[in-house]
Amino acid sequence: MTYKNYILVCGGTGCESAKANDIFQNIRLELEKNDLMEQVQIVKTGCFGFCEQGPIVKILPEEAFYVMVKPEDATEIVEEHIIKGRTIDRLLYDAKKDKGRVHIENIDFYQKQFRIVLRNSGVIDPDSIDEYIARDGYLALEKVLFEMKPENVIEELKHSGLRGRGGAGYHTWKKWNFAFQQKSDTKYVVCNADEGDPGAYMDRSTLEGDPHSVLEAMAICGKTIGANQGYIYIRAEYPVAINRLNEAIKQAREYGLLGNNILGTDFSFDIELRLGAGAFVCGEETALLASIEGKRGMPRPRPPFPSVKGLWGYPTTINNVETLANIPVIITKGGKWFGSIGTENSKGTKVFALTGKVNNSGLIEVPMGTSLREIIFDIGGGIKDGKKFKAVQSGGPSGGVLTEEFLDTPIDYENLQALGSIMGSGGLIVMDEDDCMVDIAKFYLEFTVDESCGKCAPCRIGGKQMHGILDDITKGKGKITDFDLLEKLGHAMRRASLCGLGQTAPNPVVSTVKYFKDEYIAHIEDKRCPSGKCRDLVVYSIDAEKCIGCTLCARRCPVNCIDGEKRQPHIINQELCIKCGECFSVCKFGAVLRS
Amino acid sequence: MAMINVKINGNDYKVKEGMTILEAANMVQVKVPTLCYHPDLPAWAACGLCVVKIEGSPKMIRACATPVEEGISIITHDPEIVEVRRTVLELILSRHPNDCLRCPRNNNCELQELSANFGIREIPFEQRLRDLPVDDSSPSIVLNPEKCVFCGRCVNVCHEMQKVFAIEFLSRGFETRIAPAADVRLNDSPCVYCGQCSAHCPVGAIYEKDETHDVWMALRDPDKVKVVQIAPAVRVALGESFGYEPGTLVTGKTYSALRRLGFDAIFDTNFGADLTIMEEGSEFVERFVDKKGALPLITSCCPSWVDYLEKYYDDMIPNFSTAKSPHEMVGALAKTYYAKKMGIDPSKIFMASIMPCTSKKYEITRTEDMFSSGYQDIDVSLTTRELARMIKQAGIDFPNLPDEQADSILGEYAGAGTLFGATGGVMEAALRTA
Repeated sequence: MTYKNYILVCGGTGCESAKANDIFQNIRLELEKNDLMEQVQIVKTGCFGFCEQGPIVKILPEEAFYVMVKPEDATEIVEEHIIKGRTIDRLLYDAKKDKGRVHIENIDFYQKQFRIVLRNSGVIDPDSIDEYIARDGYLALEKVLFEMKPENVIEELKHSGLRGRGGAGYHTWKKWNFAFQQKSDTKYVVCNADEGDPGAYMDRSTLEGDPHSVLEAMAICGKTIGANQGYIYIRAEYPVAINRLNEAIKQAREYGLLGNNILGTDFSFDIELRLGAGAFVCGEETALLASIEGKRGMPRPRPPFPSVKGLWGYPTTINNVETLANIPVIITKGGKWFGSIGTENSKGTKVFALTGKVNNSGLIEVPMGTSLREIIFDIGGGIKDGKKFKAVQSGGPSGGVLTEEFLDTPIDYENLQALGSIMGSGGLIVMDEDDCMVDIAKFYLEFTVDESCGKCAPCRIGGKQMHGILDDITKGKGKITDFDLLEKLGHAMRRASLCGLGQTAPNPVVSTVKYFKDEYIAHIEDKRCPSGKCRDLVVYSIDAEKCIGCTLCARRCPVNCIDGEKRQPHIINQELCIKCGECFSVCKFGAVLRS
Repeated sequence: MAMINVKINGNDYKVKEGMTILEAANMVQVKVPTLCYHPDLPAWAACGLCVVKIEGSPKMIRACATPVEEGISIITHDPEIVEVRRTVLELILSRHPNDCLRCPRNNNCELQELSANFGIREIPFEQRLRDLPVDDSSPSIVLNPEKCVFCGRCVNVCHEMQKVFAIEFLSRGFETRIAPAADVRLNDSPCVYCGQCSAHCPVGAIYEKDETHDVWMALRDPDKVKVVQIAPAVRVALGESFGYEPGTLVTGKTYSALRRLGFDAIFDTNFGADLTIMEEGSEFVERFVDKKGALPLITSCCPSWVDYLEKYYDDMIPNFSTAKSPHEMVGALAKTYYAKKMGIDPSKIFMASIMPCTSKKYEITRTEDMFSSGYQDIDVSLTTRELARMIKQAGIDFPNLPDEQADSILGEYAGAGTLFGATGGVMEAALRTA
């Protein structure tokens, strides 16, 4: 049965929190009211990625791409677009282009993207296994079950050059091969969905938009290494993804794609979810395994690696969500095809969560080797409010900042590492001239200090001491000798911390000191924060000559510390001022000074 | 076991396959510093002091947790490694009270020793202490979380070796602390008072409850008849505190020291052990031959063991022997038979026992049902370490003491008691006696 129209409503967590669910319900009610349910199909999809413009509603076959839709727009969408066939210009992303209709391909945000991992996100109904199958879903599993030997699968992964997308970039085929080589009746497949970097939501969106791709890949892994049980370790804070995974697992079992004797073969494989309580360190594989086993989530030394001795002591393959989502495509299209995308040592695509001071924040997928300039300026649409680009942080709290001079460097594992950052799981946070780099470093360190499990001394105490030094610097209590201390601490933490969390925790500090040492010096020697972010170093005052006494600042001041008669110059009471900067931003005459 | 070839600091060695780098280094007289590793326990890899390099690898790895591999070349000490270790040590010290002079582990502390070895003179980091209360709710063990260095030994020994699960890591990151699960007090936890945590603690974070003061007070009291007994293990352990090789037998000097401390009579717990054996032996015969009571018969000598079974395997309580433990036997006899024979009012007898274990401190007040003499059979139970401190405080030149004898009546023993120290020894002695 074909429909006249298909309405795709974004069901990602971002859009859902902006009432996408109400939009979906309202459109459905309107359709029912107009007796159109037979002619129009409405689908809640996974994330479209263009989160800046959400909630998003896309209508086929016209490819009308409606953005920032509100629940009350439902009537108009059904009456105008569906019934009368007229696109609603005010809801289109850019009505001027393409004669009032914007094909997704024509939007800058999508033009340089290349979607493998997100191939189905925003396209299919993630709650429908049929739609996944219709887009070649479970074809790869079938191929692996009937046409391939485990060695062939590993060989295909080797050709593809796929490397772990969780952060470290270890070759996936090697991981699978180690587990495959182990002689053991019991083995496990684990999917690491414990995404926790601030501002990162690649894995969440993949699971929300295309849960079956991960289930299929896990079954392929199970068949390859000889495992019959898989676990998805996912944060309890991802309820939408959890619900969709549960539904997907249920459907896959009903279709005989999970459970006993898959597709009539002697291969049995099932998957269960394990919910994490939101500890960042549980994204570290040995801590994750400890958590699944019901123990406190603390890393243990490797070797033995999980491929040899993992869950409950058995060989275990752990892969990240994004890594897994690539695998069915690699099997169906071939490792060589995948290997043709990307750079010499980093193949395929990478999903990034582009956030911060960028116009088009959202979820993007680009070939490895794409430059930061293309990502930030072409896809991201440049810096917000026409401000100046300052830096971009990649790799979350484990990464470092990349400055303007590196905007044209092709992004891959090696290049980022050479620049003092890392690929990480794919967070990209863009900073502009208003961001204070000492403050940024402090922010990331605060995160790692909070999230340290407390097991090893270098991370537990080192991180806290480092944070203390940065805190002093932002409060004007820094000393020039702090540079030596930070270096000493950074060195010890990198060398002697037990796991990646502690080893990489100094990265934001080391890289900001490297590229923005003058900002640190301004804080330390001049007791001045050049971007005005560090409250303790900022003084607001009013220029009596410029102030016309409009009283706007006094009315907006949250602590009533600005005094003055109407049409008379105002004065800020420095003892009461909390340095929120509200007066500075509301003054239309440039009379409020920041120093 | 197969031997493999490794290089350590440039020299070739053959070491056992499966050894850790730390063990291999120790074998060839290279000491790698560590604060968390303990040979009784699986490597925990927490402190970060044992980092070493493998030639050709960019990383530093933990010697305690990394097995040797054929052909590797290990560097255990170079300026960079020493500098990293020093920084880690400084970090640990920045979170430690460093009040060594007032610490129960003064002069016997692994952190203090490391600090001395590294020649730490100042700590470049801010001292960040916390104000956590001392948990002295337990009759045996005191937990001072302020001093904890998070080596994890106490938790691991409690979980992995003793299977008691009384203490846990609580909170996270910088605020991590060790305490009974759910943050109850130690005495409300499943702790069985075995003291293994305090025996493995490298610093003064968990230690035995010091009751020497009570003994000093009693020794000053002219109305009291001061009686003491020593356990079999004490005579081979006490010497360590005075510079003897561990395991040196110093029975005669111990008797002599106790007398000089002011005890009026010295008994030997071995005599109590003989009594326990006679009781347990006849109990065994009764259960085995006459088929009265549960078998196998389980010894009741160790109060931690009793407590453990009561808490975790209460269905096995009928298997316990009903005999008192040896020092309780001696205590009961002192306040009955001995008192009557010497014409002393038993209420005037102060009975101290010197024991190898913190658990006995808990046992003596466990329940009033056990006060078979009509009084608390043992008034104070001290550990070997506490007795050593008393001897030092009293200015007794222990190594040069003459050998003396215990007092008779309760000071003679057959030898079955000396078997107690070995695993399975109690029951073997019971069988021999039976």
